[in-house]
Amino acid sequence: MSLTIPTVNLAAIGPELALTVGALILLLLSLGRYRRSTGLLLAVALGSLAVAFALVIAAWKAPVEAFAGSVALDRFAVGFSLAILSAATLTVLLSLNELERSYLLLADYYGLVLFATVGMLFLASATSLVMVFVGLETLSISLYVLAGQRRTQASSLEAALKYFLLGAFATGFFLYGVALIYGATGTLQLREIGTYVGTHGIFGSPLFAFGVLLLLIGFGFKIAVVPFHMWTPDVYQGAPTPVSGFMAAGSKAAAFAALVRIVFVAVGPTVVNWTALLWVLAVLTMFVGNVLAVVQDNVKRMLAYSSIAHAGYILVAIVAANDLTNSSVIFYVLTYTFMNVGAFGVLSALASRDKEALDVHELSGVGYQKPLLGLAMAIFMFSLAGVPPTAGFMAKFYVFSAAVKAGYIWLAILGVVAAMISVYYYLRVVVYLYMREPDGETTAWPRLVPAVGVALGVAVLAILGMGVWPGSVMGMLRQAAALL
Amino acid sequence: MLLLVLADNYLLMFVGWEGVGLCSYLLIGFWYEDHYNAYAGRKAFVVNRIGDYGFSLGMLLLFAVYGTLKYDVIFSQAAHGVGVWALGAVTLLLFVGATGKSAQIPLYVWLPDAMAGPTPVSALIHAATMVTAGVYMVVRSHVLYLLAPDTMLVVASIGVFTAIFAASIALVNNDIKRVLAYSTISQLGYMFVGAGVGAFAAGIFHLMTHAFFKALLFLGAGSVMHALSGETDMRKMGGLKDKLPVTYWTFLMATLAISGVPLFSGFFSKDEILWQAFISPHGSFWIWLIGVIAAGFTAFYMFRLVYLTFHGKSRVPPELAHHVHESPPVMTIPLSILAVLAVVGGYVGVPKVLGGGQHFERFLEPVFARNAEELIGHLPHHSASLELTVMLISVIVAFTGIGIAYLFYMKRPDLPVALAARFRGIYTLLLNKYYVDEIYNALIVQPIFHLSNSFLWKVFDVKIVDGLVNGVAALVERTAQRLRRTETGLVQNYALGFLVGVVLIVGYYLVK
Repeated sequence: MSLTIPTVNLAAIGPELALTVGALILLLLSLGRYRRSTGLLLAVALGSLAVAFALVIAAWKAPVEAFAGSVALDRFAVGFSLAILSAATLTVLLSLNELERSYLLLADYYGLVLFATVGMLFLASATSLVMVFVGLETLSISLYVLAGQRRTQASSLEAALKYFLLGAFATGFFLYGVALIYGATGTLQLREIGTYVGTHGIFGSPLFAFGVLLLLIGFGFKIAVVPFHMWTPDVYQGAPTPVSGFMAAGSKAAAFAALVRIVFVAVGPTVVNWTALLWVLAVLTMFVGNVLAVVQDNVKRMLAYSSIAHAGYILVAIVAANDLTNSSVIFYVLTYTFMNVGAFGVLSALASRDKEALDVHELSGVGYQKPLLGLAMAIFMFSLAGVPPTAGFMAKFYVFSAAVKAGYIWLAILGVVAAMISVYYYLRVVVYLYMREPDGETTAWPRLVPAVGVALGVAVLAILGMGVWPGSVMGMLRQAAALL
Repeated sequence: MLLLVLADNYLLMFVGWEGVGLCSYLLIGFWYEDHYNAYAGRKAFVVNRIGDYGFSLGMLLLFAVYGTLKYDVIFSQAAHGVGVWALGAVTLLLFVGATGKSAQIPLYVWLPDAMAGPTPVSALIHAATMVTAGVYMVVRSHVLYLLAPDTMLVVASIGVFTAIFAASIALVNNDIKRVLAYSTISQLGYMFVGAGVGAFAAGIFHLMTHAFFKALLFLGAGSVMHALSGETDMRKMGGLKDKLPVTYWTFLMATLAISGVPLFSGFFSKDEILWQAFISPHGSFWIWLIGVIAAGFTAFYMFRLVYLTFHGKSRVPPELAHHVHESPPVMTIPLSILAVLAVVGGYVGVPKVLGGGQHFERFLEPVFARNAEELIGHLPHHSASLELTVMLISVIVAFTGIGIAYLFYMKRPDLPVALAARFRGIYTLLLNKYYVDEIYNALIVQPIFHLSNSFLWKVFDVKIVDGLVNGVAALVERTAQRLRRTETGLVQNYALGFLVGVVLIVGYYLVK
C-alpha cells in the first residue's frame, strides 16, 4: 500500500480558514472583558466574512482544487458560497435587534454562526464524501446550538433538542450510505465513484444503489424533503428568528450544493434511474409544504412550511438534469437567501422585549405604522410567491423552464399549481399588513436598528435587482454550470 | 393617434387604434357620475369592440397568409400575386373594423351618443382624429383593397349609403351636437366613397378639410352652448347672430365649407370624391347620384342649423336670455384660426380643370401612384366639359339645399310644420333615427343581456367559475386541516415518519 502525500493548497480552503480564525477570535473575546462590546464583535464577524467574500470572489477567476481531490473551490462552489456568505452576513446584521440583544451572548453566537458558515462552505466545495460529512456535521452541530440560543424559553430548547435528535438519526442514515458506497466502490472521491458508475451502472451492485439511496435520505433530512421534513416547523418556530432564516437559507444552499455535485459528478448521467424517485419527492414536497402553510397563523411556522415547498421547487430543477439545472439551482438558492432571510429579519425587527408579533393577525396595519418594514416584508412576500418583477419570479421561471426543456411538462405544471396555492398565504400577510385595522391598543413597535435596516435594504435591492436584470446574474451562473 | 398613423405594421397600428378607442371611451364617460354619460361611453366601447374584433380577425388572417404584419412586405407580396385568394376576406374584416371606428353602417350607432362627452372632446376625437382612423386604415391598405374589387364595391356602397342615411336623420334632429354628429357620420361616408372608388387621395383630402370645418363646427356649437348654459336644443335658440358675432361668422364659414359652396374648402374635396365616383372604373352613376343628393341634404340641414340657431326671433328661455354673451378669446381665437383654414384649406387641391395644381394629390402620389398605375390601369380620358358639368350639378344641388332651408326656416316657418304633419310617418321615422337603436336593442342587446344575466352570470360564473375556484380553495383547506394532524410535536412520531419514508423508498427499489 503506497501513501501519497496530498497536495496542500491553502487557497482552496481560504474562505473557511478566514472564518475559522474570526470565530476563534470571537470565542477568545467571549472570555475577556470585551465580550459585551458589540461594535468590536460585529467588526470581527463582518471582517472575517468580508475576507471570505474576497477570497471566494478571487476563486472565480482562478478555481483551485487541493487535498487529493477532496476540496475544489471551483465556480460551482463559488456560486453557492456567495449565497451562503450572504445569508451569514445578513444574519449577523439582523441579530442586532432589541429582542435578540436581550438574551444573546453575542460573542458565542457570532462564533457559532461563523462555524456553521464554515461547514456550509465545505459542503459547497467538498469533492469527497468524507469532506461532505465533515461539512455537514460542522454545520449541523453549530445549528443545534444556535437553535437553542434563547435559553430561557422552552420552545427554543425544544427546537434544539428535536433538531439534534432527528439530525443524529438522519446522520446515521447518511453515514451508512457513505459506508456502503465505500464498500461497493473502494473510494470516497466523487470523481472515482463516477468512474465506478460509468463501468458498473448504478444498479450494478445492490450495495452501491442502497448506499446512494441512504445518502439521498440523509440529504433529504437536511433540505427538508417530504417525508423527512417533519422537524422543520417545530425547529424554525422555536429557534430565534434570525437563526431560523439562517438555517432555512444557508443550510439549504449548502446541502443543495453537495447534493447537486454528488448527483452529477458521482452518480453521473445515469440519474435517469432515480429521477422517478426525485420526481415523486419533488411533487410531494411542493404540495405538502404549500398546503400545510395555508392553515398556519404563525408567520414563522408558515415560513417553515414555505421553506419545505421551496426545497421542492429546487428539486424540480435537479430532476430536469440538463444544462439549465446548475445555474437555475444556484439562482434559486441566491434568491431564496435574500427573500427568506429578509422575511425572518422583518419579523425579528418587529419583536420587542415584551411582545413578539409572530401571529399574522398581529401584523395588522404594520404597513402604515412601520412603512419601510412593511414595504420590505411585502416585497419579500411577493418574491416568495413568485410575482414579477422580483427575483422570486425569475427563479421559479428558470427552475420550471429547466423542467420543461427536459420534457417534464407535468412536473412543471404541478409545480406551478403548487406555487399558485402558495400565493394565498404569502399575500395573506400583505393583506394584513395593509388592509386590516390593528385590533385593540396600538402596539409600540421597537425602533429600527440601523444595521438591521441596512441588511433589509440590501436584501430588497438584491431581490429587485435580480428580478429586473436576471440576465447578467444568470449569464455568470451559466459559466459556473459549464465548469462542472 | 400618432402611433396609429406612424406605425409601419398592422400590429402597432392596432395598438394605436385601441389606444384612441380607450381614450374615446374614457372621454365620453368623462362625467361618469351621470348615468347617461356612462352608458354612452359603454355603448361606444362595446360597439367599437365589435369592429375591433373584425380588425383583429383580419390581422390574424393576414399573418396566417403572409407570416408578417409589416405593410411593405405584405403589399409587395400581394402585388406580386401572393395570397390574393385571402384578400377578399381580409379586406372585408378590416373594413368591419373601420365601420366600428369610423362610425359607418351598421356600427355607427355609438357616435351620436358619444356627444355626451365634453364638446372639445367631440371636436378633437369625434370629428378630426379618432373617427377618421378607419378611413386612414382602408387607404393605408389600398393595395389590398385594389386587389379585392368586390370589397371596393362594398366600401363605396356602405359609404354612400351611410352618407345619405345619416344626412337624412340630420334633416330633422333638433339637438345641435347630434346634427353635427350625424353630419360627421355622413361626411365619413363620403371619405369611404372616395376610398371605395379608388380615389384614395381624394378621400384623405376630404379627411383633412373635414377636420378643419368639423372641428370648427363643434367648437362653435360648444361656444353657443357655453353662452346658453349648456342648452343643446335648437328650438330654444335663435337670433344669436348679434350676441355671438365671432361664433356666428366662423360657424358660417364652416357651414359654407361643408355645404360644398364653391371656393370653400369642402367644395374642392367633396367634389373631387364625387367626380372620381362618377368616372372611376370602381365607381358608378348611382353612387354619384346618391352622393349628390346627400350633398343637397347636407346643405339643407347645415343651413337649417344656422338659421335656427343664429337667425330669426330669439326663442331662448328668458331666464337664460339675460346672460347670453360671446365666449372669451381663449375660445374665439381657435375658432378664427379654424375658420381661415376651413376657407382656404381646399386650395391645396384645386382640380386641374379649374386651373389648379392638385398639390395634395401630388403630395400623396408617391404612396398611391406606384401601385395604382399597375393595378387600376390608366384612368379613362375624359373631357373637361364633362367634369365641369358634373361640378355644376353638385353646386346647383348645394344651392338648392340652402335655398330650401332659407324658404323653410326664414320665409315660411309654417311650411316645415305642415310638411311634417303631412308626411307624419316619414317624419317620425327620421326623428327616431329609423329606430335603429331600438332594433339593435331588441335583436342583439336584449338576447345577449338575457343570456348573460340568466346563464353566464348566475349559472356559469357563480356556479361553475366561482364554484371551481372556491371548491379548490376548500379542498386545499380541508386537506391541510387533515395533514396538520401529522405534526404532533412528538419526536418519536417524527422519527417514525422518517423511517416509514426510508422503508418505502428503499423497499420500492429492492422490490424492483
